[in-house]
Amino acid sequence: MGLVVQLSYFVASVLFILGLKAMSSPVTARKGVMWAGVGMVLATLATFAHPKVGMDNLTLMLIALAIGGAFAWYTALKVQMTEMPQMVAVYNGLGGGAAGGIAAVALLQGASSEGSVAASLGAEAATLGLIGATIGSVAFAGSMIAWAKLDERLKRSTLTANHQQWNIGLAIATAVLALWVFNTGSGLPILLFFAAALALGVFVTVPIGGADMPVVISLLNALTGLAVGFKGFLLGNPALIIAGTVVGAAGMLLTYLMAKAMNRSLVSILFSGFGAAPAAAEAETEGEMKEVGPADGAYMMGYSDRVIIVPGYGLAVAQAQHKLWEMVELLQRLGVDVKFAIHPVAGRMPGHMNVLLAEAGVPYDMIFDMDEINEEFEDTDTVLIIGANDVVNPAAREDEGSPIYGMPILNVDHADQVLVVKRGRGSGFSGVENKLFFRDNTRMVFGDAQKVVADMVQTVKGM
Amino acid sequence: MIEVTGVVALYVFMLAAVAGYEVITRVPVILHTPLMSGSNFIHGIVVVGAMVTLGVAETPVEQAIGFVAVLLGAANAVGGYVVTERMLEMFKSSKKEDG
Repeated sequence: MGLVVQLSYFVASVLFILGLKAMSSPVTARKGVMWAGVGMVLATLATFAHPKVGMDNLTLMLIALAIGGAFAWYTALKVQMTEMPQMVAVYNGLGGGAAGGIAAVALLQGASSEGSVAASLGAEAATLGLIGATIGSVAFAGSMIAWAKLDERLKRSTLTANHQQWNIGLAIATAVLALWVFNTGSGLPILLFFAAALALGVFVTVPIGGADMPVVISLLNALTGLAVGFKGFLLGNPALIIAGTVVGAAGMLLTYLMAKAMNRSLVSILFSGFGAAPAAAEAETEGEMKEVGPADGAYMMGYSDRVIIVPGYGLAVAQAQHKLWEMVELLQRLGVDVKFAIHPVAGRMPGHMNVLLAEAGVPYDMIFDMDEINEEFEDTDTVLIIGANDVVNPAAREDEGSPIYGMPILNVDHADQVLVVKRGRGSGFSGVENKLFFRDNTRMVFGDAQKVVADMVQTVKGM
Repeated sequence: MIEVTGVVALYVFMLAAVAGYEVITRVPVILHTPLMSGSNFIHGIVVVGAMVTLGVAETPVEQAIGFVAVLLGAANAVGGYVVTERMLEMFKSSKKEDG
């Protein structure tokens, strides 16, 4: 029996790595997730034959699998594409919670036998278990906060006046309590330890600004992977070690790439949200916003040779991606060359915009990354910006006092004319004023993106 | 015999970390969200650990925690898969089938 389990875990691990590899190209991505899925089913089924999985709790196990699986199946099928970031945060948090649970049981069992947790589990296993438990709990609590923030259920970004001190205090408390658990054998320190680790997750995540959320979700995802890897150490389970660690490493790299794209260090994201950055350096804005109607905007694009569309989170909020694609198809019929330009952190998750556009049916070879397309803005007649703000803000290049200074941006201001569809006159998600909107060659169309684009479609149809 | 412990586990850990790093070094931004979601699905393997843990749970408290862990792990795996699959389903090229 042992051999079957062992082989299944081996095959599953191979499938996970190959699957992840395949997921890094659009052509093979679907195959990749399917391979990983096969690996998951295989590993789960094989675990029923694991020598430690007795018959005692089999019924409980099946009920738990059924409830958890059914709940996730239902919610995952129902969720809107625009709400994907929240949903990934939730599932990630659940994984972190599961890792925390595994650690809790192991520690309780260590505590219930003779002597200290360290003595009964072994120093290695106890240490890894505690580290994994800390990371898992932080990932769980942090993901739930990330979900609440993205879902706009939680709007506040402070819990106390001195967040830094609280974070440091909670981190120290968690470490001290972990030592206490390590050296003793009772339930109380374990309980306090988990409480402190969960509170740490909450306190660290709450002050982080919305614009930084993609990076944070990616980081939490990597952390859960690491926690799962450490649980693998604790249980001596190679499938957990490999899958968890692969995700941990890949997630860390992804997080780093994202933070780099925003020109922010992880430390500054985690320990000073955008909201906390000093707003004193606000530059004076010159000129006025020049407003035009949707029909004028449509004419501007219809008579252009080259148009680049820059989508942002506003597109997702307004669910305007289908209408937008309808308009692009009409423009193409008029002979206009249309491309999409995606900033690495447009939306609230990397690739968020790609997913939305794909949902509307936009072929992925019309969609370009920032580096691929940034030089083309100079030869472009009209740029259409829908619901994006900070990623096209020239202050990132020009204004050293701006909180977003240094962030690579799409050079939309190099195009002949810029058309901005925006919900209102206020500043963006990060609260930074955008001088682009006041420039001479910029025209503003105010209104809900879906309605504006629908009006544009009508106009283009008549051209 | 099934268990990998000690230094061997450390080697596995190191190699897996290298594999994870290498595997996504060249990913187009277009796939970042599906990839994050896909890796989120893969750490759903935690459900296996949770099952083993519930398997050895003895007291009611341990059973309760183990039960919740299996439930959460299963939700992580299933939800992660369905969401990723839904996202990737939508990707298509204009060369093959015009959208």
